[in-house]
Amino acid sequence: MTGLRFGIVLAAVFGASLALAQGGSDKRRSGYRDMGAALQQMQDDDTANPGMLFVQQGAKLWEQRVGTADKSCADCHAAANVSMKGVAARYPAIPSGADKPIDLEGRINLCRVDNQKAPPLPPESQDMLALLAFVSRQSRGLPIAPPDDPRLAAYREQGAEIYARRQGQLNLSCAICHDDNAGKKLAGVTIPQAHPTGYPIYRLEWQGPGSLRRRLRNCLVGIRAEPYPAGAPEYVALELYLMDRAKGMILESPGVRP
Amino acid sequence: MANILVNAPKMAKRGDVIEIKALIMHPMETGFRPGPNGQIIPRNIIEHFTATWNDAEIFALEMSPAISANPFVSFFAVATESGTIRLRWTGDQGFAVEEQVAIAVE
Amino acid sequence: MDRRRFLAGTAVVALLPFDRAAATPDAMAEAIRKVLGGAAVREERVKLDMPPLIENGNTVPLTVSVESPMTVGDYVKAIHVFNEKNPQPNVFTAKLSARNGKAIVGTRIKLGDSQKIVAIAETSDGKFWSASADVIVTLAACLEEST
Ligand code: HEC
Ligand code: HEC
Repeated sequence: MTGLRFGIVLAAVFGASLALAQGGSDKRRSGYRDMGAALQQMQDDDTANPGMLFVQQGAKLWEQRVGTADKSCADCHAAANVSMKGVAARYPAIPSGADKPIDLEGRINLCRVDNQKAPPLPPESQDMLALLAFVSRQSRGLPIAPPDDPRLAAYREQGAEIYARRQGQLNLSCAICHDDNAGKKLAGVTIPQAHPTGYPIYRLEWQGPGSLRRRLRNCLVGIRAEPYPAGAPEYVALELYLMDRAKGMILESPGVRP
Repeated sequence: MANILVNAPKMAKRGDVIEIKALIMHPMETGFRPGPNGQIIPRNIIEHFTATWNDAEIFALEMSPAISANPFVSFFAVATESGTIRLRWTGDQGFAVEEQVAIAVE
Repeated sequence: MDRRRFLAGTAVVALLPFDRAAATPDAMAEAIRKVLGGAAVREERVKLDMPPLIENGNTVPLTVSVESPMTVGDYVKAIHVFNEKNPQPNVFTAKLSARNGKAIVGTRIKLGDSQKIVAIAETSDGKFWSASADVIVTLAACLEEST
């Protein structure tokens, strides 16, 4: 923790319970609604949302010919606002000819390797996040719609199991915070319900964009659990579970989060 | 290849006061933070931002390390004549980029 | 689970976004003195808009607006913003003229801690005007390893 101020806030972190003011029977709320007006405005205004810088970069990469195939995404997929519409809303999914689910990053890298004959983009690299932001932007405003593929059920269950399992030195489960204590304050921060509605997000804490995987990693480190190694299937399982749990909620990509 | 987003109206009436907003991708590394090896990461910030309208300066901003990463700036200008609004960012490590937008004033 | 035990017994690790600040209220006062050069300053005409509660100190939206006709004979020349607790007291200086029509400048700033922010406007008649705000910065929870 080199030179950084490292505060350990002990005990009494959960303040008074906030009533989840929400109409209807659907008590789910996006992390967007837990943010103050200033950050909501930052997300809503495309000319102020820093995530749009990465969407713009992704639009350039979409047109760029790379790899020994010398093909751009656009060469095969043409206009992204048509071909990529709704895609981010249904990942992770099992690609044709495969038997294991991959998330959207995995799908983009599959095209890099198989179709462009280019090396895969490293996770959380700027190019990967830019393409991810650009592809996800095409689904903004659409409801999360996980595929009906029965082969996904076992992976979702694995995700649900991880979500409910206590882990880490703090011996907490995701559910204790995000189901039982959502809406309460944790050291000044409102605990969101952990819906993956904004990804990839521009997180102020990171001073940059990041994927859902990185966000999950942050929560694992936060409860002092050993995060799964990059590329571990546990992340895809958790993503599948979270997307199913958020089924029907509206995608906001690129979201802004504190 | 800098990533810049500029928002300004493409058309305005003479005398209108228009808002210009700009975002640029830049780390704004403060020069006060230690890196993973414990050594201070060298400062890398944008120091100056200027806006010209047909080459006459209309706005300038001197920035410090306290400006956030991927800096955002918004300001206003009186629409005087058709032409080019040019935005320029310069800073540490030889950083110098510009972006221009056209505006029609009638 | 026993919720009460959980509420009482949880340890949460939080990491502040900045190193311990080096600037002080004195450093800010000194930086302000330099701008004023002995002139008086009145707490009028300037409005400093910031969210009352800041969810993350890395990116805090801030807008300064100054009441002014913004004519060639009477306009705002400069807007300076200072802070108490970041490593340096100066945040930014904006140069304006009648060409701006409105004396409103917006940007986003980093704040390592709860503190006082001061905005000073200099008008074309050589007078100074100011506003200040006390902001509360909350700590982010659930962060990754420091890298
Ligand atoms: C040589 C042609 C080709 C190139 C180049 C290519 N793709 Fe693909 N892409 C495909 C094919 C074929 C599929 C599979 C369609 C299917 O299985 O239904 C696909 C599928 C996808 C999907 C999943 C779509 C869905 O509906 O599930 C995404 C996302 C995608 N590509 C993104 C990209 C991106 C981003 C790039 C550039 C980095 C790219 N592709 C480059 C041919 C290509
Ligand atoms: C100690 C409580 C706690 C635990 C346990 C926890 N989280 Fe979180 N999580 C948070 C907080 C607080 C945030 C809000 C972000 C912030 O500002 O730190 C968050 C944010 C998130 C988000 C982002 C939501 C959004 O709006 O983008 C997701 C997704 C998430 N957590 C998933 C998980 C998963 C999965 C686990 C289990 C592996 C987990 N969390 C465990 C407290 C927790």
